[in-house]
Amino acid sequence: MTSLPPPPAKKLGLVIDLDTCVGCQACVTACKGWNDQGHGAPLSDQDARGADPSGTFLNRVHSYEVTPPDAAARIVHFPRSCLHCDNAPCVTVCPTGASYKRAADGIVLVNEDACIGCGLCAWACPYGARELDAAAGVMKKCTLCVDRIDNATLAEQDRVPACVRTCPTGARHFGDLADPESAVSRLVAERGGYELMPEQGTRPTNRYLPPRPRDRIDDEAPLAPLLDIRPAGLAGWLDRVLGRL
Amino acid sequence: MHPAPSVILFTVLSGAGFGLLGLLGLGPALGAAPSGGLAALLLWGLGYALAGAGLIASGFHLGRPERALRAFSQWRSSWLSREAWATVAALLASAPVALASILGRPLPVAAGLVSGLICLATVLVTAMIYAQLKTVPRWHHWTVPALFAGFALTGGAILAGFGPFAALPALALGALMILAFRIGDGRFAAAGSTLATATGLGPAAGGGLRSFAPPHTGSNYLMREMIHVVGRRHARRLRRIAVLAGAVLPALILAALPAGILATALAAILHLAGALAQRWLFFAEAEHVVGLYYGAR
Ligand code: SF4
Ligand code: SF4
Ligand code: SF4
Repeated sequence: MTSLPPPPAKKLGLVIDLDTCVGCQACVTACKGWNDQGHGAPLSDQDARGADPSGTFLNRVHSYEVTPPDAAARIVHFPRSCLHCDNAPCVTVCPTGASYKRAADGIVLVNEDACIGCGLCAWACPYGARELDAAAGVMKKCTLCVDRIDNATLAEQDRVPACVRTCPTGARHFGDLADPESAVSRLVAERGGYELMPEQGTRPTNRYLPPRPRDRIDDEAPLAPLLDIRPAGLAGWLDRVLGRL
Repeated sequence: MHPAPSVILFTVLSGAGFGLLGLLGLGPALGAAPSGGLAALLLWGLGYALAGAGLIASGFHLGRPERALRAFSQWRSSWLSREAWATVAALLASAPVALASILGRPLPVAAGLVSGLICLATVLVTAMIYAQLKTVPRWHHWTVPALFAGFALTGGAILAGFGPFAALPALALGALMILAFRIGDGRFAAAGSTLATATGLGPAAGGGLRSFAPPHTGSNYLMREMIHVVGRRHARRLRRIAVLAGAVLPALILAALPAGILATALAAILHLAGALAQRWLFFAEAEHVVGLYYGAR
């Protein structure tokens, strides 16, 4: 059913910390690794070892150059995956009912057995979170690792999304964003977590934590005065004598 | 957006086909002399052929065309599903009207009125698939259904042999195209999405923000599907072709030449060529906000 459910009581999602992410791409690899063998069709690659490799990924990490006029320049690494929007346009445009949002926890999923691969949901998503798999002909997207978070056969500490579990800097956090007391909600409150492209009206569940402000080095060339040292005493005498030779 | 030949052909052919079926149905209500026999067979046959060819072309756009019937299930929420229903309804409602007029015993005017309106509504429903997308600001505008309707009415009127009367929708379409190109150019900026809103890094960057490295060195589905850069000069030339061939020249030919098969065929060929140019631009010039993440538009 591609009508959206009423706002869910529980909103599972991710909080991504742009201050700590180092752009190592470990979450990209872990996501591809887990979702290549679990929920639904594998994430195929085309021409993987050839001249023009291409493939399906559910999570991608961009890098942006930030050069504020009054603070130090920096690179901000920016992971991009499905934000499990409350007002998900990708769900309502779907003609087949393959795209749906779970009423219980707000996770947005694709029923790959019903998908006709029309691609309209990918057009409707502002965030580029959906990719049509070229081999399977069906739409792929982040599942929030539903086959991990609910999976009783996994050890307790593994019942989080693969990207969260693997991130070496702890930049990805998973939890219930509808519960103001949850660790993720407190993190969002403390650090001023925000939505992406609020003007699109999608009301995402995921939040991003802004990079913390950094100071600027006032003196950009602290060694510069050393270049202009005049030798004195014996060294100065030697310098003068040798200079005359 | 990627100008996929399957979707360009689908929208142009099915638009002209449903325009023709619609005006053939509405013809008697508009006071056109009902045609019968062979002429009616050819006209209705052409309408069905164009609409059918468009549908087949659209099938090539699907990853799993064998499941296409599932697209009928979500008419309550999805414009694409509604299009599936409208298409079937239009083809079914037109059939008895077509048969009766071919056999020379036309149905009451009301039957053609109903089938004709369903055909024209189908074109509007197709347009809503694009116009609903907030992610493509150029499309998210009333000019899109207006353009689709303009093309269906012009193409339909030319093909139905309305002669000089078809010059009126053609001229209106030409004006509409110029207006839509003008308005469309400002839509992305008006939507307010920028790299700063897409990443939320605006406050941290204070203006200094740009894409430093993409997430992948090769291409991917998103870039192939949604990011298409058209040369400005190329686009300007195609716009002129679309307006001239799609609207102005057919209007002149229909007004100047004596009504008949020659004027109709000439105007129809020019109009369809102009429609293809317009539709290529419709996709190629449409910028999806996801391009912002890649530092492109
Ligand atoms: S991020 Fe995109 S795919 Fe995910 S729920 Fe929102 S609109 Fe849909
Ligand atoms: S690609 Fe599949 S999931 Fe997406 S809108 Fe089409 S049928 Fe629905
Ligand atoms: S939650 Fe799972 S599917 Fe989603 S980005 Fe992380 S690893 Fe990939």
